[in-house]
Amino acid sequence: MRMGKGMKKSIWMAAMLVALILTGCGKAASSGEEVVVYNWGEYIDPDVLSDFETETGIHVVYDEFETNEIMYPKVESGASAYDVICPSDYMIEKMIANDLLQEIKWENIPNVSNIDPQYMNESEQFDPGNKYSIPYCWGTVGILYNRTMVTGPIDSWSVLWDEQYKDNILMQDSVRDAFMVPLKWKGRSLNTMDQAELEEARDLLIEQKPLVQAYVVDQVRDKMIGNEAALGVIYSGEAIYTQRENPNLEYVIPKEGSNIWIDSWVIPKNAEHVANAEKFIDYMCRADVALKNFEYITYATPNKAARELIEDADIRNSEIAFPDLSKCPDLEAYLYLGEEGDALYNELWKEVKSK
Amino acid sequence: MRSVAKKAYIVLILLLLYAPIITLVTLSFNASKTRAKWGGFTLKWYGSMFRNDAIMHALYTTLVLAILSALIATLIGTAAAIAMNTMKARFRMYFTAVTNIPMLNADIVTGISLMLLFLAFDAAFGFRTVLLAHITFNIPYVILSVLPKLKQTNRSVYEAALDLGATPVYAFYKVILPDIMPGIISGFFLSFTMSLDDFIITHFSKGPGLDTLSTKIYTEVKKGIKPEMYALSTLMFATVLILVIVVNYIPDADASKKQRSGKIIKE
Repeated sequence: MRMGKGMKKSIWMAAMLVALILTGCGKAASSGEEVVVYNWGEYIDPDVLSDFETETGIHVVYDEFETNEIMYPKVESGASAYDVICPSDYMIEKMIANDLLQEIKWENIPNVSNIDPQYMNESEQFDPGNKYSIPYCWGTVGILYNRTMVTGPIDSWSVLWDEQYKDNILMQDSVRDAFMVPLKWKGRSLNTMDQAELEEARDLLIEQKPLVQAYVVDQVRDKMIGNEAALGVIYSGEAIYTQRENPNLEYVIPKEGSNIWIDSWVIPKNAEHVANAEKFIDYMCRADVALKNFEYITYATPNKAARELIEDADIRNSEIAFPDLSKCPDLEAYLYLGEEGDALYNELWKEVKSK
Repeated sequence: MRSVAKKAYIVLILLLLYAPIITLVTLSFNASKTRAKWGGFTLKWYGSMFRNDAIMHALYTTLVLAILSALIATLIGTAAAIAMNTMKARFRMYFTAVTNIPMLNADIVTGISLMLLFLAFDAAFGFRTVLLAHITFNIPYVILSVLPKLKQTNRSVYEAALDLGATPVYAFYKVILPDIMPGIISGFFLSFTMSLDDFIITHFSKGPGLDTLSTKIYTEVKKGIKPEMYALSTLMFATVLILVIVVNYIPDADASKKQRSGKIIKE
């Protein structure tokens, strides 16, 4: 049998490549200690990971997700056994409810003493008794405004309904963040399941719609820096960054209260390296490590020892990054509302968006 | 007048097609991290991109995955197309329909079904599962581009070769393969690009620690996509552009070869 020269060559090359790959990926299953981490994208200083590896000899298999909702099915299906995950508040509650998490042995994580107790208190909203989670990053939701483009003091959600800011308002394009605004403004709970309260919020959102320039997620940042809007609903973590780029921007938590969010470390039930997971979490709670991560992410750290190490006094005492929780009015975390609640909110949000 | 309108129309179409890419290329040279401010011209994102291990690793995985899955899918798909071509018309119709369904299927459905399948076999999620998934969704595209070429081939030529003493295998390589080569090559490139930009199926079939460019870029959504990614996308776009130009316009000594590669791009 004679084959074309080119054909023979390409088959040969293909076979070589296959062999290369199959031997190459066998490496992943190599022996030695490892810990499988599942975290938000860009949510850790990469140096911290390599430092952890050199200090402990534990290899970090690092994986990232972009939303809680994308992370959840991967963990629930058991497709991959993660050792440490960093979900947000309401998702932690849902994972606890569905028996996906294991209780953390606090005696193995001595550095937890660095975490400010007030954040442990806030965590109790979704993790009663602080059994399953250790706070990693946290923040609030508030209004970012451009000093040169507004008149009068901005301290209430009501400015988002002020006619003079027509086409100058940016709202969050996600159902809970959008409903939080009118609910809080009218003094309701942002986890309400009351039909009348929710319908009132829906009507307010519809009424506000002509004034809104755009419903966006992360474009709030760039639009506010570029002076494209006067007011935007934004996470406090982004406020520090945007202020650095555009000094005219100010961040405020409205007086009626707002949302507090916490992303925390948890250990799933099917973790294969629990001891390493504990070492990893403990390492993350070390003051110098938490400081490094804070400087990289710029989202507020719940680590009080790390906060004391911040050199720049303006940031250390920043009201944006570290508001005094005792003075803050009525901060609530999102809770898991069950499938019924999710459906109700989504239905009403659809009505707003389609009007 | 008419020709002016024609030209204006083409310019408009090209502008619409390329405006996003031009924006991206421009931003990759922007010294400021935010798109809202022009901080001056810089090449620093290109430098930091090459120094970023995570990005380089994702790029490597993406390319290996695309080449391998396209190659294997091309082999399997071509063989399948040849078999289908000799089937009776009715069977061929059924088979074509069956192989077309995965292409019409929503990616998320394919992704989740593959994940469930791998789970059922208790497979370790990693490079192998992703590779299998990519081969799976690439095969129909190869069949789709090879089958019509096979239909155009003249069976008499193959039979004449046999009459003249060629073995069936020899006749296949000498007669049929050159005829269907354009189809095979376009099937390969189609698979390659499909694999290159797939996100959702990769997401569901990958294990921890494995990232392709699309999954890597997507994870950056929460904190904002970094300018290094603009730089990388610019380089990839430039590479493809140069490839297309080379394939189409560099004069080639072998005229038939040139004609062939010209066809691929048109298809």
